[in-house]
Amino acid sequence: MTLEPSSISRRSFLLAGLAAGGSLAIGIDPFGGIAVVHAESGPAEITPWLVIRADDTVVIRSPFDEMGQGALTGIAQLVVEELECDWRNVTFELPTPGTGIARKRVWGEFRTDASNSIRGSHERLRKTGAAARMMLLQAAAKAWNVPVAECFVSKGIVSHKTWDRRATYGQLSALAGSLEIPRDVRLKEPKDWTIIGKPLKRPDTIDRVTGRQLYGADIVLPGMRNAVIRACPVFDGKVRRVDSAAAARMPGVEKVLRVGDSAVAVVADTWWHAKSALDAVAIDWETGESASVSSRSIDAMLTEGLTAQETFLHARTGNSAVAIAGAAKRIESIYDYPFQTHACMEPMNATALYTPARCDVWCGSQHPDGALAATARAAGLPVEQCDVHRVALGGGFGRRLFTEHVTQAVLIAKEMPGTPVKLLWSREEDMTRGAYHPVMKARLTGGLTAGGDVAGLEIRLSGPSIMTTYLPSELDNGRDMEVFRGFYLQGREGLEYWAQNLTIDHAMRNTHVPPGFWRSVNLNHNAIFLECFIDELAHAAGRNALAFRHDLMLFDPKAHAVLDAVATKGGWGGKVPAGRFRGLAQSRVTASYIAALAEISVDGDRVKVHRIVVAIDPGYAVNPAQIERQIASGVVFGLSALFLQQCTVKDGCIEQDNFDSYDMMRIAQMPKIESIVMPSGGFWGGVGEPTACVAAPAVLNAYFAATGKRVRSIPLRKHGITLI
Amino acid sequence: MIELTVNGKAYSIDVEPDTPLLWVIREQIGLTGTKYGCGIGRCGACMVHIDGKPIHACGLPVAEAAGASITTIEGLARGDVLHKVQRAWIDNDVPQCGYCQPGMIMAVAALLDRKPRPTDADVDAAITNICRCGTYQQVREAIHMAAKA
Repeated sequence: MTLEPSSISRRSFLLAGLAAGGSLAIGIDPFGGIAVVHAESGPAEITPWLVIRADDTVVIRSPFDEMGQGALTGIAQLVVEELECDWRNVTFELPTPGTGIARKRVWGEFRTDASNSIRGSHERLRKTGAAARMMLLQAAAKAWNVPVAECFVSKGIVSHKTWDRRATYGQLSALAGSLEIPRDVRLKEPKDWTIIGKPLKRPDTIDRVTGRQLYGADIVLPGMRNAVIRACPVFDGKVRRVDSAAAARMPGVEKVLRVGDSAVAVVADTWWHAKSALDAVAIDWETGESASVSSRSIDAMLTEGLTAQETFLHARTGNSAVAIAGAAKRIESIYDYPFQTHACMEPMNATALYTPARCDVWCGSQHPDGALAATARAAGLPVEQCDVHRVALGGGFGRRLFTEHVTQAVLIAKEMPGTPVKLLWSREEDMTRGAYHPVMKARLTGGLTAGGDVAGLEIRLSGPSIMTTYLPSELDNGRDMEVFRGFYLQGREGLEYWAQNLTIDHAMRNTHVPPGFWRSVNLNHNAIFLECFIDELAHAAGRNALAFRHDLMLFDPKAHAVLDAVATKGGWGGKVPAGRFRGLAQSRVTASYIAALAEISVDGDRVKVHRIVVAIDPGYAVNPAQIERQIASGVVFGLSALFLQQCTVKDGCIEQDNFDSYDMMRIAQMPKIESIVMPSGGFWGGVGEPTACVAAPAVLNAYFAATGKRVRSIPLRKHGITLI
Repeated sequence: MIELTVNGKAYSIDVEPDTPLLWVIREQIGLTGTKYGCGIGRCGACMVHIDGKPIHACGLPVAEAAGASITTIEGLARGDVLHKVQRAWIDNDVPQCGYCQPGMIMAVAALLDRKPRPTDADVDAAITNICRCGTYQQVREAIHMAAKA
């Protein structure tokens, strides 16, 4: 399988959409059925998802974006499994969201998040592969004037069972594209899969090791100018006055302009000229009450929420207050989690070309549909006269679901009709104008019976709601259910524990700091709160943390199985090397079952994480090698957050503005990751998010085992604890 | 005018002498494989070789690189023959988003020039590039594979 070195990048430069044709195409609608559409399509298109060129190249059109998670490889495996083409002939195309609208959303929504690319599309991808295979077989039968039952396919070549007749998919695709769509598409049984489940390599690596891979930050268009922006560091502040006299005289500068009412940008011939000039612009900000907000004031507000009477109730079974009051032992702990920023290696950027008749944007986005909407809104043009050209993402982690930078780029380009403008945020802008992992405090209270069983459990969350900020339509009478991820009473992100007297509620305390979706989102802190508190209960009960969990967990064999898998491989209960200590954690995330065992040593304030054993049951494992990489990736994300990262607020602004103050794990700090991928079948779970939230609580529990100290406030760096 | 040699090719560039080499490589020369990540020499996405030594291009005024031999990720392969580090990266399926990898690869290539068979401790000391996707385990395995190639 090869990815044409710059097929995607070349495409990005074409302003025109796909070549127009008129042949019949099938598409799978977002609700799972097969829909017939008469679409604008190229002659080689068999379905909207599939083009097979005369040279046998199989082009898969993906509504999902590649941001490092390996989604395109998994998607290709799902299609190729049923299509039965030669894996080496597969390449990708990223249709524009404008094309998606023009073609009646035949690809569904263009959004890549929530570990959803595979689990949200596996059926339609396999069906499109199967339908195309059937159509190609029919095309051969028609061409040879034989019954279709006499034809068979192997690796993209259709042959006749007895006669010496052969034709490649490339030779048959034009005819196949004109045929009726099969009504009854049967999919292979999982036991018959030969491509799904294989640890195939990613097809796009060559460009990523030679520097040829283009990201949004690398876009160059003829006549393009470069822009750098500074938005008010107090998030809801505005520009009061701008003194640009000095900047306007600097080399290469073309324009100093206000963008909306909250930002100032410089447009210059080069990015460096624009950046240098922006540093010389004096901006007087108009800030209101938010300018007096600090981490201390936010902490006080959240602390008040821990005991507030008015809350959003999520769960109440039995009577937790009475049960805990009457318990033999009462344990209460308060945890807190900081704001954190995504810090994608590629800072936010977008390139826009505006004319009064049309606006085009080039950017890497996790939500191209949202980027298109932002483009149309900022351009003041109908959406049909706008489009967004998808480019590879230099990291996403949830940050590129947001489109503020797209709006800004279009507003700047609108001031220079006919001239393309690339807006690339500085790292400082990227870190101080983020969409932050929300700060959260929690009070957990548990009662233990004399026999060491849990009599009751209360979890009070206090902190911001992401949905209130971005998707208020998703609220349930004001309640944000996303806050309770990992604590749902049933389903794919459920509380895997049972407590007969249980209360879980949320004191919503919103701040002016915009909260955002950050890999695993609310599960990061919820998994720490719950899995560390369960450890506290086990310790208070004098029980083994593994056995205690098993006893408290629901009857869900798959959840027990991943926990047992890490315990066995990690040597839980067995001999521990001198100076090493172990901790456990488990969770249920995007339907997948996940567990981790950490093995650490502590020398004063220095912590070495030696091993992290992770087991995941994602139902079906489309590509175990990519899953192993996502496990390691998630551990790095989670442990960087646990040890090193916090965004603090002073005078209404985020204080950390670059990697010197907001650090990441390096290779020297990397533990050995031992992955156990144990697909049990029967469901489709996610991978990117589950792996990010179990390492931290496992390490915290190991830290307690090593030191007898519970650290309940993240990150560990603020307690002087160093990861080595 | 500043005279530069990048990937064996001579350039004569009209640019302010204090412009960081990174931006001259990206904007004046047009080689975009060298990435902007932080601008303060902390992340390593901009790493290039200057006379064989790994340097953060974001913090080096272009005037200081005049006359030196500069190699970027685009110049690491010899024609169509990939450098052994690039081959090991493909064999180990190292990159995820890939944005940091040109800098990471340049850092590793320089390490292997200096220490052809590095220990894990050598790797820990020499490779400080940030990879937000967390490819470090694959990076380490690929370094040892390249060292044996």
